[in-house]
Amino acid sequence: MSSPETFYDVFRQQGISRRSFNKFCALTAASLGLSPAFAPKIAHAMETRRRTPVIWLNGLECTCCSESFIRSGHPLVSDVVLSMLSLDYSHVLMAAAGHQAEAALEETRRDHAGEYILAVEGNPPLNEDGMFCIVGGRPFIDQLQEMAAGAKAIVAWGSCASNGCVQAARPNPTQATPIHKVIKGKPIIKVPGCPPIAEVMTGVLTYMLTFDRLPPLDRLGRPTMFYGQRIHDKCYRRPHFDAGQFAEAWDDENSRKGYCLYKMGCRGPTTYNACSTVRWNDGVSFPIQSGHGCIGCSEENFWDNGPFYDRLADVHTPLGVESNADKMGLGALGVIGAGIAAHAAASALQRARASATNPKSGSGE
Amino acid sequence: MARKQGLLHSLVHHATEVQTPAAKIYVYEAPVRIWHWLNAICIVLLCVTGYLIGKPLPSVPGEASFNYAFGYVRMIHFGAGQVLAVAFLYRIAWAFLGNHHAHQIFLPPVWSLTWWGEVWHEVRWYLFLEKTPKKYVGHNPLAQLAMFGLFLLPLLLSIFTGFALYAEGAGIDSAWYSAFGWVFGLLGDSFSVHTIHRISMWVIVCFTVIHIYVAIREDIMSRQSLVSTMISGWRYFKDDKE
Ligand code: HEM
Ligand code: HEM
Ligand code: SF4
Repeated sequence: MSSPETFYDVFRQQGISRRSFNKFCALTAASLGLSPAFAPKIAHAMETRRRTPVIWLNGLECTCCSESFIRSGHPLVSDVVLSMLSLDYSHVLMAAAGHQAEAALEETRRDHAGEYILAVEGNPPLNEDGMFCIVGGRPFIDQLQEMAAGAKAIVAWGSCASNGCVQAARPNPTQATPIHKVIKGKPIIKVPGCPPIAEVMTGVLTYMLTFDRLPPLDRLGRPTMFYGQRIHDKCYRRPHFDAGQFAEAWDDENSRKGYCLYKMGCRGPTTYNACSTVRWNDGVSFPIQSGHGCIGCSEENFWDNGPFYDRLADVHTPLGVESNADKMGLGALGVIGAGIAAHAAASALQRARASATNPKSGSGE
Repeated sequence: MARKQGLLHSLVHHATEVQTPAAKIYVYEAPVRIWHWLNAICIVLLCVTGYLIGKPLPSVPGEASFNYAFGYVRMIHFGAGQVLAVAFLYRIAWAFLGNHHAHQIFLPPVWSLTWWGEVWHEVRWYLFLEKTPKKYVGHNPLAQLAMFGLFLLPLLLSIFTGFALYAEGAGIDSAWYSAFGWVFGLLGDSFSVHTIHRISMWVIVCFTVIHIYVAIREDIMSRQSLVSTMISGWRYFKDDKE
């Protein structure tokens, strides 16, 4: 579909009032961590900039990203952002189906080559020529590569697209592969999480659409405004961590007192995400606030770094025996201790025998 | 090329077996000895506090604002880590400035067949298959190999992963992170780096236990002094005493 209109035109068509529009701009500036001075800039960009089509592809995934996105806490934000997307093609939200849908996708690819933003939820499995994920009768990897070729930038939604997530966990039978490993030469912005927080998703899209550039990214390609700090850095239980006050069991007194969940396996210290600041469901809560440790769902390998309820991850040794750092270390130390004891005994024996046969030489010859 | 080889040869310490007997030789200069004991203290502190970082002690009672138990454990760890790293830089500098033995643990001549032969001789000595130990001015070849593979490399790994984790605490916009953030590119996510950091602790613990046992045993059983050498710097050869 060709759309000469600006974002603002689209909003008005959707029945969004000027007042709501201004509120949206102010909220967005705040959620992106920008100063209030940016609200008019966002408004100006929305009024003058031509609407950028966003194509939303779904590969190997569970649709939790879409589900999170459409539940963006602030209904206004979700309305606005949804109307920004050209929903000609999105498995979850589009009206069309079958050949009609595929034709619409092809049309956007042709008419907006080099202009559209490709949002990818899920990842392509590469094993068996990609046969583990078929979309529109062909392997998803084909569709992804074709659409990526004409995209201006790619948004990797969720942990699946960003780092593989559950389907890429050991031994990864389908060879599920994150987007940045199959698409080269395009700017890719990762928004990991299983799913990512709705406000984070809308915030990232709004930034890209209004400023027509990528937000500042960290070394892994995640927007620093949402992934620049660990859960632990802003966790409200942090004073208990520093004090050395931990829940030792799920139902103990410390747990009731709201002590730190570190000993119960909390992954907050190693997880970059906005849960402890933005929180979930319109800022209602987040896992730690609900009494459960963070499982690190937005981090690479979070599934393989289990068990979730232990500080020490299982280490997979070449022999196939599952262990962890302390079990391996203590095991090795045990063997060494026994070896030393035996060796010391043998040494003493040898010395005794040597001095018995040759009493003159005392120094172990 | 030939010149380069010559240079390399003069740099590398082929653990020299003593031919001409001398009653005592000055081996470990003061900087090496000071480093050894400072390093040993730091490592003990780091292993104890590091172990507790992964497996904290039972919770302390009282208000959070009046307690800082886990904070102190981590503070001691980071402090000892910083001292260890600076001491290590100083030890590297001394490898260039110091005597012939000062760079021995940094460059085991792994390409030399004679050297491997001597490693094998030491292995046989420890397995009681060899009656007479050889005499060495510096470390014996097996010790040299262990100090390189079981100590120096894991120590480097600990230092780099340790500073990378420290940089995360300082924040991704800190100078620490600019200096050490690349470690995550190399080794993976933060949690995996924690796991690697902890495994490398266990390697160092294993080395230390063996090292202390062997130092004391060799002091008694071999033909040279050891423990006192690391204190005074002088190596005594027992059969040359008279
Ligand atoms: C011999 C050297 C070292 C040993 C044996 C050692 C040992 C350990 C251990 C066992 C842990 C706990 C890992 C876990 O279970 O999560 C740890 C954590 C840590 N170490 Fe080290 N470490 C060493 C050197 C260093 C150095 C040089 C630094 C740099 C300052 C450092 C900084 C850290 C940091 C920042 C953590 C994470 C603390 C946290 O998550 O609260 N370590 N260390
Ligand atoms: C954390 C503990 C320790 C560590 C990591 C450690 C490490 C080392 C290293 C790397 C060297 C080589 C020095 C060089 O050439 O620069 C060395 C030498 C030595 N260490 Fe330790 N050490 C530790 C504790 C001890 C203790 C407790 C003793 C005494 C019982 C000891 C006795 C010696 C001796 C005798 C040597 C010289 C060996 C020789 O002459 O060949 N060390 N140690
Ligand atoms: S609950 Fe988790 S994130 Fe919060 S302080 Fe404890 S370890 Fe850190």
